[in-house]
Amino acid sequence: MMEILRCTVNNKPVELGIDPRESLADTLRQRLGLTSVKKGCEVGECGACTVLVDGVAIDSCIYLSVWAQGKTILTVEGLQNENGELTPLQKAFVEEAAVQCGFCTPGIIMSAVEIVGSGKLYTRDELRKLISGHLCRCTGYENILNAVERAVNEAHKFVGEKE
Amino acid sequence: MYDIASIYQATSVADAIRALQADPGAILIAGGTDVLIKIREGKLAGCALVSIHELGEELGGITLADNGDVEIGPLSTFRDVTYSPVIRQYIPVLGEATDMAGGPQLRAAGTIGGNVCNGITSADSASTLMALDAVLVVRGPAGERKVPIARWYKGVGKVDLAHDELLVKLVIPRENYAGFTGHYIKYAQRSAMDIATLGVSCLVKLSGDKQTAEAVKLAFGVAGPVPMRAPAAEAAVSGLPIEAAIENIGPAALQDVNPRTSWRASREFRLQLVEELSGRALREAARKGGAGV
Repeated sequence: MMEILRCTVNNKPVELGIDPRESLADTLRQRLGLTSVKKGCEVGECGACTVLVDGVAIDSCIYLSVWAQGKTILTVEGLQNENGELTPLQKAFVEEAAVQCGFCTPGIIMSAVEIVGSGKLYTRDELRKLISGHLCRCTGYENILNAVERAVNEAHKFVGEKE
Repeated sequence: MYDIASIYQATSVADAIRALQADPGAILIAGGTDVLIKIREGKLAGCALVSIHELGEELGGITLADNGDVEIGPLSTFRDVTYSPVIRQYIPVLGEATDMAGGPQLRAAGTIGGNVCNGITSADSASTLMALDAVLVVRGPAGERKVPIARWYKGVGKVDLAHDELLVKLVIPRENYAGFTGHYIKYAQRSAMDIATLGVSCLVKLSGDKQTAEAVKLAFGVAGPVPMRAPAAEAAVSGLPIEAAIENIGPAALQDVNPRTSWRASREFRLQLVEELSGRALREAARKGGAGV
């Protein structure tokens, strides 16, 4: 019982057959090969499968693909610049050594894309709360926070709201 | 792949009611943050789903009615409630409560309607909705009916909602929030991604000179099988000077509650939380109202 899913994935329109029982994480990984979307807990607790749907970070493991009809999806694969370079947010993760085993990284990056994109400045406690839907079992949270904070502050210089 | 027999995507509330009528075994799914997890656990494995996920136009939105009532579409996510300008201006305590469920991604998916319809005592929005005496508007084949939240909960996981009925609106009547300030405390093992060991929501209306707690409303999650009000505590402290109300509300609330021992916490610990957190919630609610406590 295949269904046709039409949506935009990483800035490209896609049309593909899906099984209506699939989670968005399954569809992105298995049908589109977007393996930055990690399957960790599969019950919406660890955040490894986080993607943006219409600009909002959600756990794609507990999101049915049929709900993505007509929507815009962004994964880490869609973040590369045209020349293949990392985005400033990704560079911040490299420079702050915010990656250990790397499994939680793509999910956190996607939450950070939403946070940075808001153009607002946040306190460290606010940032802690905003990434609290991610578990890093290497427990490298300090450097992750440093990276998100750095990216937020850098982005604010360009797109920040007027005080 | 989820173990689902079928999924029907309703095109309207009327269509969803028809689909539920047609299949007495069908399960309604909205945000999916509870239902999909139950399917994964095997509890609902093999079920037929009726999805209202995409009915945001009909079942979303948070507005201020002409008479001052706040009307919340049940498909509003926790995040929608927290960031709603109407909620922030008129009932900030409700937005603060919904901001404590799960984590950010869950709050962008889970709905306040689902939080109320699943009938769970630990639901983060439930105790505040109890304190606010929310009115739940339910629609079925025979039309609409209104259920005061005090009569909504029928037992663990059971609410006053027939198989072919949908929650279509949550109404907070103006007189229930106007003049009140409130505070919600979630006691949990972790500060995110956890389920409440105990939840306390307290609303207070202060006298003009900010010295007296003219009216106090107190409600709990996980202090019994369903979210509950604390009528004895409310009666005991309403009309008292603020400090006296803060001192007395906790001990009085012990008459109202009946928590159980679970793997999360013992009955005795929950009773201690009830006694201690009631006063703290009232103090903070009074502070927000301008009392110097």
